[in-house]
Parts: sequence; C-alpha cells; structure tokens
Amino acid sequence: MGRALGIAIWIITLGSVGLFVSKHWWFPEAISQHGPAVDRQFTITIIVCGIAFAAAQIGLGWVVWKYRATADKQRATYSHGNNRLEVVWTLVTAVIFISLAVMGQSVWASLHLHSAPPGSYQVRVIAQQFSWNFHYPGKDNLFGRTDPKLIDDSSLNYVGLDDTDPSAKDDSVVPTLAIPVNRPVELTLMSKDVTHSFWVPQLRFKQDLVPGMAIHVHFTATKTGKYELACAELCGMNHYKMKSYMLVLPENEFNELVALPQEKFQARKDELLNKYQLPQY
Amino acid sequence: MAEATHDAVHQHEPPKSFIRKYIFSLDHKVIGIQYILLALSAVVVGMLMSVLMRVNLSWPGTHIKIMETLFPTGAPGGVMSPEFYLSLVTMHGTIMVFFVLTTAPQGGFGNYFLPIQIGAEDMAFPFLNMMSFWVTFVGFLVLLLAIFAEGNATVGAWFTKLGEALGSPGAWAGGSGTVGPIGGWTGYAPLSALGKVAGPGQGAGVNLWIISIAIFCVGSLLGALNFITTLLNMRTRGMTLMRMPLTCWAWFTTAVLALLSFPVLLGGGILLLLDRIAGTSFFIPGNLYVSGALQPLHTGGSPLLWQHLFWFFGHPEVYIAILPGMGATSHILSTFARKPIFGYRAMVFAIFAIGMLGFFVWGHHMFISGMSPYSAIAFSVLTLSIGVPSAIKTFNWIGTLWGARIRFTTPMLFAIGFVSLFVAGGITGLVLGQTSLDFFFHDTYFVTAHFHLVMGVASIFGMFAATYFWFPKMFGRMMNESLGKFHFWITFIGVYAIFVPFHAMGMLGMPRRYANFGEYEFLKNSHSLVLFVTIAAIITVAVQIVFYFNFFWSMFKGKRATDNPWEATTLEWTTATPPPHDNFAGQIPAVYRGPYEFSVPGAPKDFMMQNEPEAAEVAATLGDTSGNGGNGQH
Repeated sequence: MGRALGIAIWIITLGSVGLFVSKHWWFPEAISQHGPAVDRQFTITIIVCGIAFAAAQIGLGWVVWKYRATADKQRATYSHGNNRLEVVWTLVTAVIFISLAVMGQSVWASLHLHSAPPGSYQVRVIAQQFSWNFHYPGKDNLFGRTDPKLIDDSSLNYVGLDDTDPSAKDDSVVPTLAIPVNRPVELTLMSKDVTHSFWVPQLRFKQDLVPGMAIHVHFTATKTGKYELACAELCGMNHYKMKSYMLVLPENEFNELVALPQEKFQARKDELLNKYQLPQY
Repeated sequence: MAEATHDAVHQHEPPKSFIRKYIFSLDHKVIGIQYILLALSAVVVGMLMSVLMRVNLSWPGTHIKIMETLFPTGAPGGVMSPEFYLSLVTMHGTIMVFFVLTTAPQGGFGNYFLPIQIGAEDMAFPFLNMMSFWVTFVGFLVLLLAIFAEGNATVGAWFTKLGEALGSPGAWAGGSGTVGPIGGWTGYAPLSALGKVAGPGQGAGVNLWIISIAIFCVGSLLGALNFITTLLNMRTRGMTLMRMPLTCWAWFTTAVLALLSFPVLLGGGILLLLDRIAGTSFFIPGNLYVSGALQPLHTGGSPLLWQHLFWFFGHPEVYIAILPGMGATSHILSTFARKPIFGYRAMVFAIFAIGMLGFFVWGHHMFISGMSPYSAIAFSVLTLSIGVPSAIKTFNWIGTLWGARIRFTTPMLFAIGFVSLFVAGGITGLVLGQTSLDFFFHDTYFVTAHFHLVMGVASIFGMFAATYFWFPKMFGRMMNESLGKFHFWITFIGVYAIFVPFHAMGMLGMPRRYANFGEYEFLKNSHSLVLFVTIAAIITVAVQIVFYFNFFWSMFKGKRATDNPWEATTLEWTTATPPPHDNFAGQIPAVYRGPYEFSVPGAPKDFMMQNEPEAAEVAATLGDTSGNGGNGQH
C-alpha cells in the first residue's frame, strides 16, 4: 500500500507540474506596459511554488514508500524532533516567502501608488447591471456635468449627462471602450447600482467599480487590437454576459475618433469594431 | 482542583428517556454525533448542488426532471436558468462552509473527543452545548427554507404576503425562480442589500440566508465558549497544556478564532438585514439607479464596509475549517507512524501562529475592491508570512513519517492525503497573496482551485481520517477497511482530477460565478477542461455512496471494536468502547506523559498510554521527566 501511495503521489505531482510546464493553458498575450512584468513575477512565483510543491510531494511519497511497517516488527525511530531543523526550515521559508511578497508588490506599486502620468487620456467608466458605459469628454476635453437625478435609461441618458452644460455638448457615452496605444490612459471607475469589476485579461488589469466611489486607475496599452472586456464581480443574474470590448487604436485613428461629435462617434466606433479582430486563441 | 470541579458540576445521571438521551441530550458525545449527522446531511445537499452546477456548465440546457419536480417555478421544464445557477453557487458555498466545514470538524469531533482527550466527564456547560447544536440545526432549517422561499411559488407567496404585512415587500418577495440568494456565499452589498429591485433571487431568500447565518453565529459562539472553558478548566491531573494531543490544541485555537470572528459576522449580518427591511443604509450609498429607477430611500452607506466585516470573519473562518483537520492529521499520522510527532512544540506554535496571523490577512480578499493600495501591500506581506507556519506544519508531518513504521489503515491513508492536498492547495496562496498577480487572478478559477483544495477537500480529508479513526470508539464497531481503502483511492485521485484543471482555467482568465462560458472567445479553449472536471466530479461524488454505506452499515454490522483497536496512546483509548455516559465510569485517569509516546526504547510495547504510571518510570529512566510532554531532544 505504501509503495502504491508513493507512486500515486508522484504521478499526481508530475501531472500537476506538467500542466504548468507544458503551458498548454496559459495567459493570453499581454498587451499592457506592466503586463510582461506581471507575467515575469508569475513565472518566478510559479517556479518557486513548483519546486516547493514537488519537493514536499516527492518527500511525502518517499517516506510513505520507504517507511512502511514490515513483518520484522522492528520499531520506529524514537525522536521528538530537532530544534536545529525547525529553525533552519522556518528561516528558509520565511526568507523565500517574504522575498516573494516584496517582489510581488512592485507592479502594483508602480500603478497604484502613483497618480496617472501627465497627458493621460481620461475616460469615465460607469457600470450598470449588465452593461458598460464609457463616457468621453469630446473635443473640448472637458466632461460635461452629470447628475444621478438625470439618469434615465429609457431615454438613453445612462450616466445622467446634463445637456444644458456647454461642455456636455460634445461628450459621448458609448457601450464599448476605445483607448490609444502607447499612451497612458486614466479611467475613473464608477457604478450606478451594484459592485462590478473591470476585467480585460490581456491588460493584466482588474479593478472593482463600487457604487458610491470614483476609483481612479491608469495603465498603458501597447498593442492595437480588439479585446474582450468582462465583469469579474458577481453583479446579478446576467453577470456572465456583462460583456464589452476594448479597442486599442493607433494614435491617429484614436484622435480622429474622439474629436468626432456625439452623433458620429458611435458609428465610427462600430466601424472600428468591425475593422479589428479578436486575438487568435 | 480539576477533579473537584468535575464532581461538583458534572454528577449527572445518564438520562433514561429516549428524548433526553438521543434528541435533547446534554451528553457531549451524543451532541458530537448529532453535529456529525448534521454535516453528513448538509454535505449531501451541497454536493448534489455542485453536480447540478457542473452539468449546467458542461451541458447547458440539459433537462433535469428532479429540478422540475422540486422547483416548478425555479426550473420550468427542468432547465436551469442563469439565476438558478447562481443561487446554487450561493447555497453550495454557504452549506459547505458553515454547515459542513464548521460543524463536523469542531462541533462534531471536537465535541465528542476534546473532553475525553483531556480527561473530563463532559463539557463545562452541557446545557450550552445542547443549545449550540439545536441553534445550529434551526439555522440549517432556515437555510433550507430559503431554497423553497425563492424556488417554490406557493412557499414564495407566503413570504410575499409576509413582506406586505411587514411593510417591506421588496425585501421579502418570494418565488422568484431561484433556490436562494444569488449573491455568492460572500453576499456582497449592495447587491445583497437592495431587495427585489436588484433582480431575481434578492427577496425572501436573502433575508432567510442572513437569518440562517446569524443563527449559526450564535450557535458557534455558544460552542466556542464551551470549548475554551472546558479546555482551560477541566483538564485532568497531569494533563498539562504541553501534554495535550495536538487535536486539542487545534480545537482550542479554532474556538478562539470562532469567538473572535463570529460576532463580527453576526453584527454585519444584522446590519445587512436592517438595510433590507428597516430602511437603514449601512452598506448602501446614495443615488443608486437600479432597474430603471433612482433609489431614494438610501444614502451614505459603504459597500466596502460589508466586505471588511465579512472578511474579518471570512478569513479566520478558513482556518476554523482547516485547523481541526490539521489536528486530526497530526494525531493520526503519529499513531500509525508509530512515532512521536516530530516537533510537538513547533506544531503548537505553528497552530497558534496560523490562528493569530489569520486575523491580519482578511484584506487579501479585497486587493481590487477599491481599498487603499497601501493597505493592500500590508495585507499582502502578512498573507505570505502565514505560509511560514503552514510550511512548518508540513515539514513536521513529513518529519513524523521519517523513520516510521507506517501502518496503512484507512484513516492513515486519508491523513497522508490531507498532507498532500494541504500542500497542493496551500502553495498557490503564494501566487494569490501577491497584489501584482491579483490583477490577473482575482475572482478567476485559480482562486476556486486554491480554496477548494485547501479549505474544502483537505479539510474534508481530515474529517474522513477522523471518521475512520474514531468510528470504533464512537459506535463500538470497526468500519470496513476494504471499502474504506476503495473510497480513499478514488476520492484522492478524484479530487485532484477535479481541482488541478481549475488552475488551468484560471490561467486562461476564466471568471468565477459564470453560469455559462460561451459568451467569451478567450474562454473557448476551456471546453475540454470543463468537461473533464465534470466527469471527474460525477465519479468522485458517486463514490461517496460507498462511504455512506460503510458508515451506516458498519454502525450495526461492523466488526466489534476493542477498547484500543489502533494501539493508540491518548485518553479516549483508555476507556470503554463506546465510552460510558460520564466517559470514564467514575475513574478519571491521571496523565503521566505526552500524547505521542510510540516506539519508546525499552518499553514493553511500542506505545505508552498517557495514563500508564509504570511506563512513566521507564520514561523517567530515559531522562524524560521534564513534564513538557516528552518533548526534549533525543
């Protein structure tokens, strides 16, 4: 029984490690400036995890293989432990784990402990059950006044934009996101009803949109294309299809788009959505 | 002193009537078995729900007759709607976390064996103990009622009427076609706080869900007080803290965690209920626009407050679920290794370190919640440090098996399985605890893989080990070993087959709590994984029938057990099988040594019971008189 169990544990270990080594199921390609650093940190972490996992499982498999009871009735080794060993493995794991913890903050800190770089393009994201609204400031680069009392989904004023405000005249509110490539983008994340989460796997970025809060985040996309945007925080019955797209556009195409007046913005966006293809998965 | 307390407080005669003996019993042993039976019932419901979820994910639109029969409103035509799926997610999580992983390990085995292992005749407060079980039981009934309040039109209509009578129709609306709330077991506000306006599954089911959890909190608090008092005050002569079995340390630490964390959830639950039915705004900010209308009633609340309150409880809860399993595993590994536990003191410190650190890491559930990114960094570093005591435990378990003479009984197989699964599940905490990696992995199947392996199946393996190990003491008969081993092999391989592929889904970015993955191109490579997991889950769940058969069949037909069938050392094995009403038939044992004196050189047998005075002298000649449980270095 001991041998069988040892072998079973080893096979499971091999299979589990193999799943990661083969990279058959892996991250979609990263398209943000910080993305490769996230992937690198993951690779380092998963190698450490893999080694620790394999060592522990191989060790476990080994002791159950080797130290099974035998017919000779020989007694087990009488030992209550070894303080030196306890100190050694405590220190070694502490050093490894704390180092990982410290390394694991750098990407986070680079994005979240700094405000958006100057010149970032600003978009407001207003989530609702079960759709997304992206509010663009238009040519004047000023967001028009909004007021929750003006929100009226039935007349398509999803974010409560005050049409009497002059700076609202050129604002556009659309259901998909377009951002410029290689230029920092600052999103202001808000929710009209319950908590949602902004999730684009390729961006390596996720952030909740919390009602009552306006959360400022920023990142830089580095590859043009069309990407799926999903909700990652349970928000009700149609959570699984609260889907949108994120277009990452070349600078000229982007500038041309955001300078368009309201009535042309959406139509042009739809053309661009058709022009770009999703990545090959 | 200890014995005087026993005599003064616990001279209760065995009850005669059936009701006082088996139903409203004050006997911690009966109460322990009641808890175990409650968990065995609850886990069936939770498991069947997971199978239904898997079927829906792999074969959406499947017609399931039983669903149509039970929930004509919830599943018309027997086909699962997305909201029905989400209510299964919620109920599966709630049932498993509260009524399985918190009841059996602590209320069940802890109740039965903690008093006996420390040489006490009962718990300190037997009446409180009885109350804690029955309160918990009522909590379970209320949770079951939540299923029908949302899923059944007739029951739902009663609650709708009740809501009208109480003046909060939105909060009490029933029959919305789900089988409970659809907010997940974490019930994030404001989705959980708004009532019917937020969609189906937000009516009466949520109220009942909150009430059920609040009742559960009360039951657990009563139990925790009892465990702590009993352990501190009622140890027999010679049972110093450092001579206690590691099981007792685990139950004690668990009780401390429960005492400190459940009140917070209880308070949070009451506030949430008030938001729903009394018009308060603890968790609901102003100016919400829900389902086409501005919600004028609420203003000024904080959704993050709920998350803080929930996770301040929720993270210690993870340890409440697994610590008893760690205790049982240590106990059983040492027994069947025929070796003292390696590093007893280190194990005790590690249990305590895990327990205490467990209170400082709740924020790792909230990195991306909108909480301060500085707090996130603090929580992240603390989270990875909790891996250190966890690693210490793993090293010591392997150290215990080093140089052993392992007897591969069924409980031993499950205990070894626990170690393997604990490592497999725990190790990915290193990934998920890092803020930078949470950008990708938060709320993906990588998380689902992590916590199912470590707090789900590892804990369950601890309980399987405990069941096979203590069954003979509890029921006087052995469980069938061949069936037990068959159960182990399929389950061990089965749970890996289910949960390892979850990591791969997480790598693709697959979000949790999706009723269907077909909407997204980036998930299209997951079909084979999803199908594989479903098949593995169905096989693994089916094999649990063997366990249930073994359990109930052996209760009546199993081979009769001797008082100490495993040749173990602790006090539960010194008394009759099953133990008499007062545990030791009036002869309270005294303790002379630590709990795991196996293979002592020069001793006549390869195990020395904690209460053997002659053997104490043998140990004394070996210089083991430090009174610290035989933990000197040899």
